[in-house]
Amino acid sequence: MEVISVSVDSHFVHKMWNDNELTKMVDGGVPFHMASDQAGNLGRAFGVYDENQGIELRGRFIIDPDGVIQAMEVMTPPVGRRLSETVRQIQAFQQVRASKGTEATPAGWMPGEMTLKPGPDLVGNVWKVWKPAMEK
Amino acid sequence: MSDQPTGCARTTGTVVGEKSSDSQLAEQTVEKKEMTMTTRVGQKAPDFTAPAYYQGKFTTVKLSDYVGKWVLLCFYPGDFTFV
Repeated sequence: MEVISVSVDSHFVHKMWNDNELTKMVDGGVPFHMASDQAGNLGRAFGVYDENQGIELRGRFIIDPDGVIQAMEVMTPPVGRRLSETVRQIQAFQQVRASKGTEATPAGWMPGEMTLKPGPDLVGNVWKVWKPAMEK
Repeated sequence: MSDQPTGCARTTGTVVGEKSSDSQLAEQTVEKKEMTMTTRVGQKAPDFTAPAYYQGKFTTVKLSDYVGKWVLLCFYPGDFTFV
């Protein structure tokens, strides 16, 4: 999996932020590409550019190997993301893709847990295999 | 991704296939805005290129270079902000 971060800061500012602050949080600094979008072109294309403030909202997109957006989440600036949930979603999409769409992951699914096999037999019978209390 | 000569020009990310904004008429800008509203799950992500910083070097990232891999694309309000 590849990570790309994007903000309206120049790549020169990305360097300063990485070298002066982020390396103090993460050994070796940021391990992925920090992309620059000073004109907001990428932000507009993904629907996360805030024209009034001239910033990009906290938008997160999971893009599959075919280039298709499978998941998106957009938050206003003051609340940060939780990486573990993003990783869980990627694992779930990978599971579905590996099954060629024959499996679906129920709410709260974690890797290794039971998946649903949609079909005539499952209609009206999900209660037999899944309930909300199963979510860890 | 490739190494990029470091100039002083104000470089920015660009959506692949779109003209530079200098040459765009107001009419075309409206068209562009309508297009941006169609970004949603289940659809192809718009391709782009952008200057980037990566492990001590200035490079260029192009989304379509990552076909065949899962990509996590994260926008955020700004460097040196707090969250």
